[in-house]
Parts: sequence; structure tokens; C-alpha cells
Amino acid sequence: MTELKNTFIETADTVLRTDIPESLVPETVAEEEPRKIVEIDSHALNFGPQHPSAHGVLRLVLEMEGEVVARAVPHIGLLHRGTEKLIEYKTYQKALPYFDRLDYVSPMCEEQAFALATEKLLGIDIPERAKWLRVMFAEITRILNHILNLTAMGLDCGAVTPALWGYEEREKLLEFYEAASGARFHANYFRPGGVARDVPAGLEDKIGVWAKEFPKWIDELEGLLTENRIWKQRTVGIGVFTTEQALAWGFSGPCLRASGVPWDLRRNQPYDNYHKVEFNVPVARQGDCYDRYLVRVAEMRESVKIIEQCLDQIRPGPVKVQDPKFSPPPRAEMKRSMEALIHHFKLFSEGYHVPPGATYTAVESPKGEFGVYLVADGSNRPYRCKIRPTGFAHLQAIDELSRRGMLADMVAIIGSLDLVFGEVDR
Amino acid sequence: MAELPVNPRQGRLEGRLAAMAFTFMATLPAVSYAAVEKGELVVRIQRDHLLNFLELLRDHPSYRFEQLMDLCGVDYPERPQRFDVVYNLLSVTHNHRIRVIVQTDEVAPVPSVHHLWPCATWWERECYDLFGVIFSGQPDMRRILTDNGFEGHPLRKDFPLTGYEQVRYDVERRQVVKEPVSLTQDFRDFDFVSPWEGILTLPGDEKAHEVRQGMKRSG
Repeated sequence: MTELKNTFIETADTVLRTDIPESLVPETVAEEEPRKIVEIDSHALNFGPQHPSAHGVLRLVLEMEGEVVARAVPHIGLLHRGTEKLIEYKTYQKALPYFDRLDYVSPMCEEQAFALATEKLLGIDIPERAKWLRVMFAEITRILNHILNLTAMGLDCGAVTPALWGYEEREKLLEFYEAASGARFHANYFRPGGVARDVPAGLEDKIGVWAKEFPKWIDELEGLLTENRIWKQRTVGIGVFTTEQALAWGFSGPCLRASGVPWDLRRNQPYDNYHKVEFNVPVARQGDCYDRYLVRVAEMRESVKIIEQCLDQIRPGPVKVQDPKFSPPPRAEMKRSMEALIHHFKLFSEGYHVPPGATYTAVESPKGEFGVYLVADGSNRPYRCKIRPTGFAHLQAIDELSRRGMLADMVAIIGSLDLVFGEVDR
Repeated sequence: MAELPVNPRQGRLEGRLAAMAFTFMATLPAVSYAAVEKGELVVRIQRDHLLNFLELLRDHPSYRFEQLMDLCGVDYPERPQRFDVVYNLLSVTHNHRIRVIVQTDEVAPVPSVHHLWPCATWWERECYDLFGVIFSGQPDMRRILTDNGFEGHPLRKDFPLTGYEQVRYDVERRQVVKEPVSLTQDFRDFDFVSPWEGILTLPGDEKAHEVRQGMKRSG
């Protein structure tokens, strides 16, 4: 054996390394020795929590049989911050910003769930303009989320360009966020009783211009991926979930629609102004990663349509409930009116008291059904606020989804489930 | 333009839910409460009959609750049965939701529903982790969200917000160490109960108050 290696090295023209490991010696030489049969035991592989394709702090213990995944055991909780406990010690207004930090890729949709739940318990109805602004920004959020998810999933499967293009497009949308709320990510914009403030003059026109241009970008993204041979090889038939499985495992949103269930809360249980806009609910049949990708792409096109309808129908008017018990008075009035000052002080120290009751309110967040089970006891703080994260149910099914799949398919499956750990771990 | 209702089918849906509530109350003796609250159907049932009831809800063609969307606990420490376990079910066939609530305490187990909906496993683990509710028949009863070696159940009302332990990385010992919580300032919890609200009779106002309450005739 040593002779073999040495002869190989001696016959080469230039020798840079003399200690070449046996495995790297070309086969033509190595074949001269008798072939061995190697048995590979099942072994466990730690995927994450530092893996770039884990989309956050997912620790996935994979039991491998060679390169086949025999069992996938997710370990979560590394980003657990006790949001539900913290909310129990905050007034309703102060609890709202925690929702931005749950699913930090689609902050405004989470806020919407809490705002709607609080409004339901308070029994207040918000002004029309606030509803339109909420629908519009919820759809902007949906596009933000889908851009990041689709391009990151592409990145996991080896397509780098979509991510580079996607960040440019996200930047434009985040500028709208910033113009409306003052923050790029943690917006704190939807409040119980409306939205925090009206959008600045000219923003609607800017969004209109962007909405005209954006479908072209989707075409470009589809040009890169949809018919791409490598992309299809990586995603078609990978992570297949049937309709029955998807229902039993509590799937919702694009993942459920990719498995053939035409279910969209915006359509079936409309909230805010979703019953006044027309849009299609894209559904796919196979339930694999490719279908989940297709559904998301189609949803982005529908979102643009909804945004355009919002811009057509939105009219000037108040953006929050005209009741000083629930929404702060204008700054100028606060400086002059004693009563406004008292209301302002009470609102930001004590907050408002919510009558006893409980509600489970769900919205169609970009990832699926995001629900808030809010129990009020008549005080100014929630008695219990259970957050129903979408990714929790999706992640749980990963063992079923990836059964007997290859290791390389894991990243495609994780990408297609659209997991964000701020939300899964809470 | 005439104002459209938020959900055009809202009225019909509420009627259907009220009919369901009536059916449950009339036919199932284990159901202690069934009503439509704020447009949502709420059913309270005895713990022993939970499994049969949920199976009925899932499989009966006129209910068809295919999805368990959420399972969570709520703690009421002043009650003898201190925990509520809340099941939020969704039917995508009939487009309705139901909330099923059972009561339990620290030791009495709630039957696990993981064989009805496989996704229940993690929700039950979460409920066990955060509240200490025990689910019988659940093979995977481990903690899920809290740290390894965590003690106590953080969402119970008697668990302090700041917890008992804090964790940091010790550079010298090159390991993560756990210590009792030390805060430079104690957690401040304001109750916001107005000092005036508890007092029915203001000092110096006794006579007027008695008149107002109808205890004494003015005059």
C-alpha cells in the first residue's frame, strides 16, 4: 500500500504535497487493491442551531441512515423570551410592540391579530380609513415576507441571485414602513382603535407607482426559478403532504393551500376590509415544496391587486377611533386643553380597562393562521394572552414531511415551511 | 354605497352556532355550558367525557372539525380546579370554529388528544411546560420551550415575572452558570386601582350618600 502511494507520487510531474491522504489518491491507482464493503451505521447529526439554512435558531437532530433521513427531531425554545408572561404584566397598549418581535419578518400582520382581538373585547369599530390602511399595510407585509422567504429558500437550494434582487425590492417596501410608522421593522403601527398616525402626504402615490412596477419584478423572479431545471429538481416531489395530513397536522396559509385546500381567512372569515376587495386564492394540488413556492408567488400577485384596490377606495378621514378613552388626543390639543392632557396621561399610564370576556381572533398572516386567544378580566392588563404561532404547527410536522428524504432535501423543506423562530419560540 | 357587513354570512353563522350550542346542551349531559359569546361558540365539558366529545366533533358530518388550531392553558389560582385547558377547533368544510374548555388541577390528568390530531403533541407539551398540566396517554411528555433543567411552570400566576434564576457565560470558568436572580431595582407592579373607587361614602358626605342609596328619605 505504501509502495502504491509512493509510486504515484513519484510518477507525478510536480509534487506539492507529499502527505496526500489515501482517499484523495485517484481511483485508477487505488483500484488495484481489493474493494471493501463499508457498512454505515445510523448516526445522529446535529443540524443547527448555527446552521445558515435553519432560518434562525432551530436545532434539528437528524437520525441518518447514510444520506437518508430516518427521523428528524426538532428542538425549539432557544429564542423563548416569555412573551405571553410579559404581556400579562403590561397594559394593552404596551403589549402591542411585543407582536412585532414575534414574527419579525411580517410584523404588521401580527399586530393586526392583537388589535382585532382587543377591539372585539372592547366592542369598538374603527374608522374606514384605518381599515383600508390596515389592509394595505398587511398586504405590503405579505409581500415583504414572501420575498424574503422565497429568496432565502432559493439561497438554501443554491440560487444566489434572487436573494440579491429581493433585498432591493424589500428595501423599497421598508421605506413605506418607515414613512408610515417611523420604523423599518418594529413598526408598532396598528393599534387597538385604528392605526398610530395617518400616512404622510404623497405616500399613497409612491405606493401606487411601486405597485405598477412590482409585477415585473415577480416575472423576473419567476424567470430565474419557476422553470429552472435545478430548482425543480430540488423542490418537485420533495416534502409531499397530502390534504388529509395537512389538515390533521394543523397546517394553514400557503402550506395548506399547496396541499389542495382552498382556505384563506381573508376570504372565508374576513376582517377589516377584506370583504370589499376582490382577489383570488391560489391553490395547488401536489403539496410539495415546489407547490408551496408557486402558491407564494401567486399570492404576491394577488397582494399587488389588493393594494391597488385599497389605493382606489381609500378616502381621507380619521385613522383612529374618535374616543379619547381609547386613542390619544392630537399633540396640539394636548398642549391647550386640560381634559385632553388628562386623557393623554391616563391613557399612557393606566391605559384602558377591557371588559371581562375571551376571544380567539385569527388573521391570515403571510405564514398562515396567526391567532390570539385573549382573556380579559376587566382590568387594564390582559389576564391571559395566548399566541397561536403558525410555524409551531408547521415545524412539528417536519418529521412526517422529511421521512426517508435525503439530507439535502431538509433545507428545501425547512425553507418551504417559512419558519421564523421569533414566532415559534415566542 | 351601502355599508357591507364585515362578514356577509355572519348572521347565518351565528344562528348555526347557537343551534349547535342548544343541541349540545340538550343531548349531552356532560356539557355544563354551551353558548355563543361574541360570535364564538364556547362549550365547557367534564374532563372524563372530553375524548368522546372531541371525537364526535371531528368525525360527525355536520360538525367536521378537522383542525386543532390551538390548545392552551389558563390559570385561575383561586379556583379549586385551577386550570382551564382550552381547545380551539376549526372546520374548513363548514367554516366554523368552536372553543372547548375543560377544567383541571395540578395532579388530575387531562386525556391527550394526539391520536385525534397528531399536532396536539407539541401543544400539550407546551401546556405541560408552561402550566404543569398533565396529559394522560401522551407518550412524549417533555418540556418544550423552557431551558434544559428549568424548574417550575412559568405561566402560572404564582410564578414571578422575573423568575428565580439568571444565566450568564462565565469567562473564567468557560461555562454557562446559573445564579439566583439579582435585580438592581425590584420589579414594580402598579395595580391602578383608584383609591376613590373602593370608598362608597366619601368622608364628610355620609348624609348625602345615605339619601342617594335610598337608605334615608330626604327631607
